[in-house]
Amino acid sequence: MLELKNISFEVEAEKDTKGILKDISLKLDDNKFIAITGPNGGGKSTLAKVIAGIEKPTSGRILLDGEDITDLGITQRAKLGISYAFQQPVRFKGVTVLDLLRLAAGRRISVMGACEYLSEVGLCARDYINREVNASLSGGELKRIEIATIIARGTKLSVFDEPEAGIDLWSFQNLIKVFEKLHEEIHGSIMIISHQERILKIADEIVVIAAGRIAGHGSGAKILPELLNQPEGENCKFYQ
Amino acid sequence: MDAIQMQLLEAVAGLHEVPAGAYNIRANGKSVERNTTANIDIISKEDGTGIDIRIKPGTRNESVHIPVVLSQSGLTEMVYNDFYIGENADVTIIAGCGIHNGGDAMSRHDGIHRFFIGKNARIKYVEKHYGSGDGKGERIMNPQTIVEIDEGGYMEMDTVQIKGVDSTERLTKASLKAGAKIVVMERLMTHGSQHAVSEFSVDLNGEDAGANIISRSVAKDSSDQLFISEINGNARCSGHTECDAIIMGDARISAVPKISANHPDAALIHEAAIGKIAGEQIVKLMTLGLTEAEAEEQIVNGFLK
Repeated sequence: MLELKNISFEVEAEKDTKGILKDISLKLDDNKFIAITGPNGGGKSTLAKVIAGIEKPTSGRILLDGEDITDLGITQRAKLGISYAFQQPVRFKGVTVLDLLRLAAGRRISVMGACEYLSEVGLCARDYINREVNASLSGGELKRIEIATIIARGTKLSVFDEPEAGIDLWSFQNLIKVFEKLHEEIHGSIMIISHQERILKIADEIVVIAAGRIAGHGSGAKILPELLNQPEGENCKFYQ
Repeated sequence: MDAIQMQLLEAVAGLHEVPAGAYNIRANGKSVERNTTANIDIISKEDGTGIDIRIKPGTRNESVHIPVVLSQSGLTEMVYNDFYIGENADVTIIAGCGIHNGGDAMSRHDGIHRFFIGKNARIKYVEKHYGSGDGKGERIMNPQTIVEIDEGGYMEMDTVQIKGVDSTERLTKASLKAGAKIVVMERLMTHGSQHAVSEFSVDLNGEDAGANIISRSVAKDSSDQLFISEINGNARCSGHTECDAIIMGDARISAVPKISANHPDAALIHEAAIGKIAGEQIVKLMTLGLTEAEAEEQIVNGFLK
């Protein structure tokens, strides 16, 4: 179980400090699928980075299965079972898709094993396995490889930052299946930052973050109608 | 050959035993083993300064190994090797130099390799440099490669220097006739206080001649590197030179590309980039459970692969 207690995150602005996250408290139970949504610039990605250890909160504590991990670094948290899929995946010259999947799995998985992860995200494995994770891959391809690295890790907590961005509609349905399968098979917790109604619909809980605060939290059945009934231009707009 | 020499041989030529095909193994300044084939002859120069390798026209799928190992501290040598590759031949040449210096005197190998590549011949030339030994004596290698490619000929040159060479000054000069191509992939890593210079100069003299020179390098600690790449387009031709370097610690790297079009249909490109490892690359690998040092190592290994 992941527990955020009064998390605040501030950055230095021109004259004073600017609060990106303000007193966020949240519990993510085991085997739960939670979706985080809300307007751009509301603090969602920062929250994901705080969980992964990439950003350190200004105040507040983070607990994983009761253990305080606030002062642990990225590597230690990864080893404790936190995975984080980047919103904008990183490119590497010379590192192949197979290398990256092996690093993610933490062992020398076979080519066949690596190919299975790629197939799950809808990539024809044979075409990709030996390609470098460099600028020759499109944004959508990189995004899917990024998701494959998280599947390969198979940890108890997976955080995805807008996994749907750059994925074409045609593949989107398969992406939904990936998350459902991940949820069923690993029995871990999944946190997805998303603006997609179809992702929000399959979540057990939805958390709305706006202006650095939790503006809503509850079951999809409760939160989703509220979000969709908002007049256009207010808070966030959803693709239906 | 002793154990140290065998280790060097494995590092530079991947050889565990006597190779198949033609070979000449030079150890501590002397040719110690040699084999020739019906198509490939190896002849010592009369003045004892090196060897001539003569490959008959039309020779295909054969290889020549000419590794050099130095394990005697303080040895300095200058070797001239000339390769004559007949028309329509298609061969692989594996050179390489390993120096083990366990003493305090400087060990140095300077090799000048000249290639005369016949019409429509193709060669792949692989050269690895490696140094070992914990003596205070420096390990120095200064290779020169002079290439002349006749019409329609092709040369692929793959050079690697990853470890243990204190000082290297490399010069590669090539002149190409019509339809000839040269492709160079250089990989270089320097560490400690090592010093490396790599200079390329290519003249594209014939119509549709082409050159592609790619250098990937990593400079660590307080080492320094200088990469000079010059392509002269003297006819309708295409040339591309690329230097991509990662800088770490207090290292210094300079890249000096120079392209000259002396003909209106010469198409030439140069690219050079030097920078630290991108922070987000390290962060990504750390989120997969690697430490910062492990992440750096993975990125560097991939880059030089």
